[in-house]
Amino acid sequence: MSFNLQPLWLTLKVASLSTAILLVLSLPLSFWLARRRSLLRELVRILCNMPLVLPPTVVGFCLLLLFSPGLPTGQFLSSRFGIEVLFTAKALVIGSVVGGIPFMVGPLAAGIEALPPSLAEASWVLGKSRAQTLLRVLLPALRPAILAGTVTTFAHACGEFGVVLMVGGKIPGVTQTASIALYDAVESMDFALAAKYAGALALLSVSVLWAVQKQLSSHEVRA
Amino acid sequence: MITFSLRKTVSGARGPLELRFDAEVGKGESVALFGASGSGKTTLLRMLAGLTVPESGRIEVEGETWYDSAKGISLAPQKRRVGFVFQDYALFPTMTVRQNLSYALEKGGDRNAVAELLELMELAALAERLPATLSGGQRQRVALARALVRRPELLLLDEPLSALDMAMRRKLQDELVRVQRAFGVATMLVSHDPGEVVRTCSRVLSVEDGRFGRIGTPQEVFGGGRFSGKFRFQAELLSLEPSDVTVVASLLVGSEVVRVALMPDEAASLAPGDRVTVASKAFNPVLWKEA
Repeated sequence: MSFNLQPLWLTLKVASLSTAILLVLSLPLSFWLARRRSLLRELVRILCNMPLVLPPTVVGFCLLLLFSPGLPTGQFLSSRFGIEVLFTAKALVIGSVVGGIPFMVGPLAAGIEALPPSLAEASWVLGKSRAQTLLRVLLPALRPAILAGTVTTFAHACGEFGVVLMVGGKIPGVTQTASIALYDAVESMDFALAAKYAGALALLSVSVLWAVQKQLSSHEVRA
Repeated sequence: MITFSLRKTVSGARGPLELRFDAEVGKGESVALFGASGSGKTTLLRMLAGLTVPESGRIEVEGETWYDSAKGISLAPQKRRVGFVFQDYALFPTMTVRQNLSYALEKGGDRNAVAELLELMELAALAERLPATLSGGQRQRVALARALVRRPELLLLDEPLSALDMAMRRKLQDELVRVQRAFGVATMLVSHDPGEVVRTCSRVLSVEDGRFGRIGTPQEVFGGGRFSGKFRFQAELLSLEPSDVTVVASLLVGSEVVRVALMPDEAASLAPGDRVTVASKAFNPVLWKEA
């Protein structure tokens, strides 16, 4: 085995895609969660936090069962929707999305709950529709929460191991992400190669954090 | 002319409270809603603005029906021409002062209106600042200016000055009167401060447990019986210090400490921490004009 950029590239693609999907899905979900408490909302909130407390291998195993062609759920998904994802790059994205839910929904819901209700009401009284209020008042005010959620989700997805190993296998060139390539290198006692992957992953994470920090501080200067 | 008759049951501190508000407000009139916390004043403003839905009743503004439960009419807040100044001002944190005002403009609205309001409210120098960098008084002025951009038929102010110190309050009360006259807009102001009501409003609707109680000019509502030609202040007794034949009592009146002399027998029944009423006869008060 030699150092190869492909696992890093795959990691970057999976992390970016799953972060983008999570952002789009989590915004409406978080607005809904931030409304008045109800039993249903409490249940959904617990469900969203499950990946935080469950070992990633358990989450991965659940997804493995869900999509398994040998089980009714997998057969249904396959025959009805043509969904056959196990051991493909799609499975990595699905695994990352499920494992990343609490990292995106947590900061977003907290940010939305912290917004004073008068902000949206002031906008309505000024004649603006709910959509205009969302786009021009609420989302800009949520910028720090959105950035925080995006960074932690992306960083978490970059380092995701257990879930992607369970649903992706570790097929070189297909589902072997950087953290899995690192693990494989250690397993075959190739520590020089492992060090390269570890260094590259660390560099990737640090650059993302640095870019976001820069964004945030430029925002603070404006404020 | 604005007429309303509104009913709603809300959960108050002492169980459910049935709100029953019926009144008329003339064009350009400034009316104070005066009463204890939890008596339904803010809910009334919210019902008028369309932010809270009443159970029944009607609201008519200059011949236009904003709400009529019998006919199933309820205009959205966007369609009612109200200006609302929230207690926390609700300025948009990511927009500058100018952007906060411009946001209120309708499509193709007159940009000069914003410039004029910035000038009128003495905000021109702050136009490019973000709300987080403004003082409480400045934020209040931005909130008031923003509420006026759409030329509302009805201006609703929910304790807009309660978070400010006395000097700033006085200044903004004068400003409010000036702006209210300049725009001729019917105004309803929630206030706990009789001084503020006297200075800013021509009529008081006192609110008691979800209904209007006494209604009249500030002099009629706050005068008659309560002041009876004397000065009366509520105060907290801070300390009692014997001094020769008298006892010097320090009193906290509003935010000022006043020292008065008492006879020892008068002081005997008092202790620091007591709530007291300080009264003076109408004779020989000292008055001087403020600089």
